Amino acid sequence: MNKPAMPNSFRTGPDEQGMFGIFGGRFVAETLMPLILDLEEQWNKAKNDPEFKAELQNLSTHYAGRPSKLYFAEGLTKHLREVSSAKGLGGGAKVYFKREDLNHTGSHKINNCLGQILLAKRMGKKRIIAETGAGQHGVASATVAARFGYPCVVYMGATDVARQSPNVFRMKLLGAEVRPVTAGHGTLKDAMNEALRDWVTNVEDTYYLIGTAAGPHPYPELVRDFQSVIGTEARAQMLEQEGRLPDVIIAAVGGGSNAIGLFHPFLDDKDVRIIGIEAGGRGLDGVEHCASMNAGKPGVLHGNRTYLLQNADGQILDGHSISAGLDYPGVGPEHSWLRDSGRVQYEPILDDEALEAFQLTTRVEGIIPALESAHAIAHAMKIVPTMDKDQIVIVNLSGRGDKDVHTVASMLGMEI
Amino acid sequence: MTTRIDRRMAKLKSEGRPALVTYIMGGDPDYDTSLAIMKGLPEAGADVIELGMPFSDPMADGPAIQAAGLRALKGGQTLVKTLKMASEFRTSDDETPIVLMGYYNPIYIYGVDRFLVDAKASGIDGLIVVDLPPEMDEELCIPALKAGVNFIRLATPTTDDKRLPKVLQNTSGFVYYVSMTGITGSALADTAKVAAAVKRIKGHTALPVCVGFGVKTAEQARTIGASADGVVVGTAIVNAVANVLGPKGEKTADPAEAVATLVSGLAQGVRSARLAAAE
Repeated sequence: MNKPAMPNSFRTGPDEQGMFGIFGGRFVAETLMPLILDLEEQWNKAKNDPEFKAELQNLSTHYAGRPSKLYFAEGLTKHLREVSSAKGLGGGAKVYFKREDLNHTGSHKINNCLGQILLAKRMGKKRIIAETGAGQHGVASATVAARFGYPCVVYMGATDVARQSPNVFRMKLLGAEVRPVTAGHGTLKDAMNEALRDWVTNVEDTYYLIGTAAGPHPYPELVRDFQSVIGTEARAQMLEQEGRLPDVIIAAVGGGSNAIGLFHPFLDDKDVRIIGIEAGGRGLDGVEHCASMNAGKPGVLHGNRTYLLQNADGQILDGHSISAGLDYPGVGPEHSWLRDSGRVQYEPILDDEALEAFQLTTRVEGIIPALESAHAIAHAMKIVPTMDKDQIVIVNLSGRGDKDVHTVASMLGMEI
Repeated sequence: MTTRIDRRMAKLKSEGRPALVTYIMGGDPDYDTSLAIMKGLPEAGADVIELGMPFSDPMADGPAIQAAGLRALKGGQTLVKTLKMASEFRTSDDETPIVLMGYYNPIYIYGVDRFLVDAKASGIDGLIVVDLPPEMDEELCIPALKAGVNFIRLATPTTDDKRLPKVLQNTSGFVYYVSMTGITGSALADTAKVAAAVKRIKGHTALPVCVGFGVKTAEQARTIGASADGVVVGTAIVNAVANVLGPKGEKTADPAEAVATLVSGLAQGVRSARLAAAE
């Protein structure tokens, strides 16, 4: 793949066709085209409408609990400085967590759902559908549907229904119908196929609330814009608390909504190193991982062109991750573009490394991170000891880990 | 340029009857059986063959075609083999148009230019690629037209008069009208509405309009064929294959025969369509 020319700004995409370089686009069935064109029009109006912005702002503050805190993770910092000393390096950067786990519903997903439910309302839709992997987006969708009085159907892979049972129950309590999808491996990819089939059937009255910064244009753009509140806040908070920008920012990437939300406001800060973490699963040698940007190649799925795990015939592979939220064989198109342009570096973290980070963070910080976020923390654990003490790292703590305790217990051979 | 599709459609028009367009999944349940099914289609009365290219994530298809695609992939089908099927078919039939139908990714990975050369050499006449709307015409539609391969577009109930010209702009061969919003294999829409939609589309184009999604019986084929230039049957044919497969995929009867029997009945329905309309 040729490297595209270095742009003046990394924050201007997508173009009018919904492309980030060769990535993105609108690869959907004709039935859906009029709808996504309408969505684009409504979104363009909404984003410049002071009333829309004010309503979202109000909900973000009083319902979701924003701004989320930028927290100096002193316990983890101290621990990693000890690791650094033990290696004879004597360093160890300061680690901050962007606390998206403290939002209402327990993850960053609420940011996007509040924005999109207001769009659905503007468009006069009567019914909400969503796909979910870890269940975080399903819970956030069910939450806003309850709050705004919409019926809501959440498609969830049968494997994920089993490993994320607390979230399934939460969705049901919130009044949503959870439809398990048994096709494929029964994970996020299959849930997304089924949601698209529902949408194409019920296109007149249904709003598809996509949970990640992927899918046909304008979804990658609008999800990014709703999630960019993470990076905008973090940037301002860092300037206020430390008087300067961070050296490194890190976030986990499944579809990539929490990551693009943190990254986007920093993309033109040339001195800030940006690292996205993919699910390395059981290692990149086999097929049991979800590292599409490290081990996949560009292809077309779910409405956009992006890096995908696929075989030589263009059939999509299922992948694997301990974390249901990262268990997706593709990634949002803007990440693919940021990868090829070299602005963001994408690294894999293995299941075991994430599990270790999950336990360490719980022990030294008293914070149980989501397994997705634990991937980002695991990478921080690798690089922080090699950095200087006056350097600063922000890790996006995208969600809380209560939903993962069953998975972790079984990985550790315990019964609860 | 004229393709086999153009010639076949013109011939049927002069005969005063609609086309029976039959969809089979390439490689379902295995290559040899699928080729035998395909070879039996013209004699059973199929006028145009849509040859499905299996894809792991068929987002616009219902359970029957999803399952057929998975059977084919499990049987080792690839895009290379689907093209090979077409060229083997061509050794005994140089008249029946073949339209490849599927999703973009396997073609994209194969390489668009190489694909068009190989498709043309394999006797492919047209393409239906579900996830390439007119907005993405530069990807495959324009190169296909330059290569002399028809690019057949889907029009749907959500394609209004404002959008129709855009959908029709680079369409050739025929227009595939999807009878309802939904996935393949759903219940057939109200036939009066379908007839009105066909009339609406014909107001915008001189191309033949074929109608699909939901046609399962000879009677339905007859009714739809009264107004449309062609009737597309897919799920019912794919089900005819599935019905003669046991729980482990073993054949309990000859799939080619099962398909031929069904298609013969559908062909009779299509052939009596205009008589019905004239009554």
